[in-house]
Amino acid sequence: MSTSIATAQPLDTPAGNLTVSDLSVFYGGKKALGPVSMNIPGKQVTALIGPSGCGKSTFLRSLNRMNELIPGCRVEGVVKLDDEPIYGSSVDAVAVRRRIGMVFQKSNPFPKSIFENVAYGLRIGGLRERSELGGRVESALRHAALWEEVKERLHESALGLSGGQQQRLCIARALAVEPDVILMDEPASALDPIATAHIEELIHELAREYTVVIVTHNMQQAARVSHHTAFFYMGDLVEFDRTQVIFTKPSQSKTEDYVTGRFG
Amino acid sequence: MDGNEIQGAPGLSTPASRLVPEPAAPVAAPRNVAQSSPEATAPIHRRRTARPKSRPVPLLERVLERLIHILAYTAVAAMILIFVFVAKEALPLLTSPEIHEEVTLAKMWFIQHWPGYDAPEHVWQPVSEIPKYGVWPLLVGTLKVTIIAMLVAVPLSVAAAVFVSQYAGQRTREIVKPAIEFLAGIPSVVLGFFALIVMASWFQEVFGFDSRLNAVVAGVALSFAVIPIVFTVCEEALGAVPPSYVEASVALGAARWQTITKVVLPAAAPGIAASVALGLGRAFGETMIVLMASGNAAILSANPAESVRTLSATIAAELAEVVFGGPHYTVLFALAVLLFLITFGINFAGDYTIMRMKRRMGVAA
Repeated sequence: MSTSIATAQPLDTPAGNLTVSDLSVFYGGKKALGPVSMNIPGKQVTALIGPSGCGKSTFLRSLNRMNELIPGCRVEGVVKLDDEPIYGSSVDAVAVRRRIGMVFQKSNPFPKSIFENVAYGLRIGGLRERSELGGRVESALRHAALWEEVKERLHESALGLSGGQQQRLCIARALAVEPDVILMDEPASALDPIATAHIEELIHELAREYTVVIVTHNMQQAARVSHHTAFFYMGDLVEFDRTQVIFTKPSQSKTEDYVTGRFG
Repeated sequence: MDGNEIQGAPGLSTPASRLVPEPAAPVAAPRNVAQSSPEATAPIHRRRTARPKSRPVPLLERVLERLIHILAYTAVAAMILIFVFVAKEALPLLTSPEIHEEVTLAKMWFIQHWPGYDAPEHVWQPVSEIPKYGVWPLLVGTLKVTIIAMLVAVPLSVAAAVFVSQYAGQRTREIVKPAIEFLAGIPSVVLGFFALIVMASWFQEVFGFDSRLNAVVAGVALSFAVIPIVFTVCEEALGAVPPSYVEASVALGAARWQTITKVVLPAAAPGIAASVALGLGRAFGETMIVLMASGNAAILSANPAESVRTLSATIAAELAEVVFGGPHYTVLFALAVLLFLITFGINFAGDYTIMRMKRRMGVAA
């Protein structure tokens, strides 16, 4: 399947645009994705959908170089965040990940206190001053809509929180370092419907200040939270457009089959 | 880390309760259920009693389960029996007037002014005209050797474990890990021999020790026995840190060493503490290496360059030559009790530390 450059609505977007050109990912010589080209608009929510194994998570992880943790993984092509390339020998992966944060499928708070979890990214970034740390932690927790629930027990273990709270803590942790982009890999798939609703509401809020890219298996979720939707199939980007278009009149028949539940 | 929980009491007691035989089952029970509606709608807990009857546990399985329990308790019983035996042999030290003529607990622990000495001194000289049983030279010697061994072994093993579990590639790991674990397979007499013949000469040349065999040589040789224990348990603990912690840290822009020092090592801390406790127990009790490499002179001094005599080496060297049931014999068993209590104390303190660490991290201990 040849992929033409799919561009969603050339909006006049502020910072936080991700430009992907001819991105391919290989695992041990075997191609898993691409080539994919797309422009992810800043300060909006972009959903990545597609059946299992279609490459959407691989694509997401190549946006902040998390793929590099996997032995034998190789990436070709260009990814730029606001015209700055994120791959290349002169680019520090650590610096990239501070600008492009990530939230994982299964909430993974550290076995530390709630406060220390959120402060972690700031501390490794070299922030020492207690008062500023406190302020940034509070602000991140407020952004993640968790502050009211945990402000009385900031110094208790994060592992004592409920599943939904843990996931919001992970979002707060990612927000604390003030990235431009937040990547989310099925952030609500392990949560109950109420916790999921919390997270979705939060994602909506986050798009005011951050570019959000979210992988989801849940079609309703994609429709509810995203401005743009990309449909991946068998390692290729099939279609990328405004969410409304993808779900009502997609141009590819494959997309229509998938969103109407004919396969997947 | 999980290993500790498996060994704990719950693991033993749960299957045991299952072994309790169910009350004898009327053979017709299943038919009754089918026929009478009150039985069929009985609360779940009543119907559950009927289930094992339809599928009884095979006799072989029950016998095997019982056997496994017996074996597990045999190990515990052996430990208790050994302690009881050792303590029994040491008991006359407290009770027997005959032995008190030569030695008492107080004479062992408190400084004595021996005839022919200028000043009061702690002396271990059990075979002399006036037998002297001062424990302190042995205890201090043991501590010296143990501390040196741990100072060498712990940093090396933890660093090696971090390297193997965090940095090394698949191939390097497959070479380094078995190589270190192979150290554990070397008989301690061989390590002691190496220390006695080869290492002692090197050390004397390099450091210029007065006595060729001393606490440093013995401690370093002893660390070879401790390293594989600390390394293996540490490596396992580091490997058991969930990859999701590493991912989370890396995704927040942490460099590799930051991830290791701030996330991986703290998360593995209980396991690392366990490895140190195990290694310490081994170092305290190890006999053959120190017997061969320490010089065996019971000198009370803080200087690591002097020869030392440890508790375990003393027992090994002297027990074969004592009068059965005599004062010297009794004192050696008292040393064994002391060794046993110290090792027990180390393990207990280790377990307690691990439990507290786990609780602080919010993991149910």
